[in-house]
Amino acid sequence: MVKKRIIPIILLKEGRCVKGVNFKDFRDVGNPTTVARVYDAQKADELVFLDIMANHEDRSTLFEVVRKTADECFMPLCVGGGVKSISDIRVLLKNGADKVSINTAAVENPTLVEEAVKIFGSSTILVSIDVKKTEKFGHEVFTHSGTVATGLNALDWAKQVERLGAGEILITSIDQEGTRNGYDLDLVKVIVNNVGIPVIASGGVGNLKDLEDGINIGGASGVSLGSILHFTDQNVIKARNYFKTVGINVRM
Amino acid sequence: MIIVINYGMGNVRSVAKAIESLGEEVIVSENPNDLRKADRIVLPGVGSFGKGICNLKDKGFLEVLKEEVLIKKKPFLGICLGMQLLAKNSTENGFHEGLGWVPFEVRKFEFTNFAGSMKFNILKVPHMGWNDISFNENCVLFKRTNKKACFYFVHSYYLNISENNKEFIVATCDYGLPFVAAIQKDNIFATQFHPEKSQRDGLNILSNFIDYQYQ
Repeated sequence: MVKKRIIPIILLKEGRCVKGVNFKDFRDVGNPTTVARVYDAQKADELVFLDIMANHEDRSTLFEVVRKTADECFMPLCVGGGVKSISDIRVLLKNGADKVSINTAAVENPTLVEEAVKIFGSSTILVSIDVKKTEKFGHEVFTHSGTVATGLNALDWAKQVERLGAGEILITSIDQEGTRNGYDLDLVKVIVNNVGIPVIASGGVGNLKDLEDGINIGGASGVSLGSILHFTDQNVIKARNYFKTVGINVRM
Repeated sequence: MIIVINYGMGNVRSVAKAIESLGEEVIVSENPNDLRKADRIVLPGVGSFGKGICNLKDKGFLEVLKEEVLIKKKPFLGICLGMQLLAKNSTENGFHEGLGWVPFEVRKFEFTNFAGSMKFNILKVPHMGWNDISFNENCVLFKRTNKKACFYFVHSYYLNISENNKEFIVATCDYGLPFVAAIQKDNIFATQFHPEKSQRDGLNILSNFIDYQYQ
């Protein structure tokens, strides 16, 4: 049976790997290709690159990082950040991405997802959803790297994303992101329970138990992690071994 | 020299780079005539079945492929959509005829949960991620493959298993039901999983394909 996936997320800013807290206060944590090489060697199941500055500037550095990584890491690569058009997707795929993540543009222009799915197939298109808890909307979707409130409820949006044909959802809690306090499990659970496509939990992992909870309580198909790989002595190998000991079906 | 066919369907670059990393000369080509110079041919592919067949036709690959693979028996490897296109037909977005090189039909994973409206307990589609396979140890593609090896799959459609196609199946996988993970018919090999994305175990498959000689 299909294995649960352990997925490091690499955030990129001006060609460097960075990590912040609640989508702010980013710290430089290294050269992205070097970081990717380490995760590959540790047999991470997949890698996600998200360019957090791509909305604002030249994207050639992102392409170079993807190309370099794809040339030596023979594993699935998902890339996103500032993807606005079919041609953006095409260029990323051409540079070595296997899947492309759409976030802000999916909210602003849902037909982009539909069109992209028709051209590239649903398994190539992932929709990334950033969520913050607000009084008015509960779990509310935010765009533009978490800076713009949309008034959309996360579950409603996730259901629509599935209808548009996306092959996967990456659900990130802005409140938890970078805090190392664990995933927003209620959020993960409600999305997983109500869509038929795979869901990757993201934002907040502080220890290996949090990853386990993402799978066993949240029901996610894959769990992503960032901070604990950069700032603690945990790594992908330890995460996999831990999963084995608690009986989660992972790759040997 | 290996030709990786570029027919506008998905990431041919990864396949080429993976083969290159094994020390082989690779050319990514959209020119059907290049197939005549090739020692081996790889047909990768991500995307929809109908568009895949259409692109092969429009770019003029159909006749050359038949000649080089079916008549001259050049070693051929289809990957993912590149395997599905070899089948008789597919029901992806309507009914489409395939190349018909092997007697399979391409069908969609569909799992319904009758117990309730919650989708939590049903299998998610696409089938996405790493999965185990059962393989025929006598097939050259799986030489030196560890029994516990896992491979990376991304697909919503699969090749069916039936009495009249069993002889061509060299590996199966399970996702709610058993389905075809790899096939071989003489010099024709194909995998549903992505060897170019399956780290060391995947590279081993590609390496076995490179070493294979048709006799």
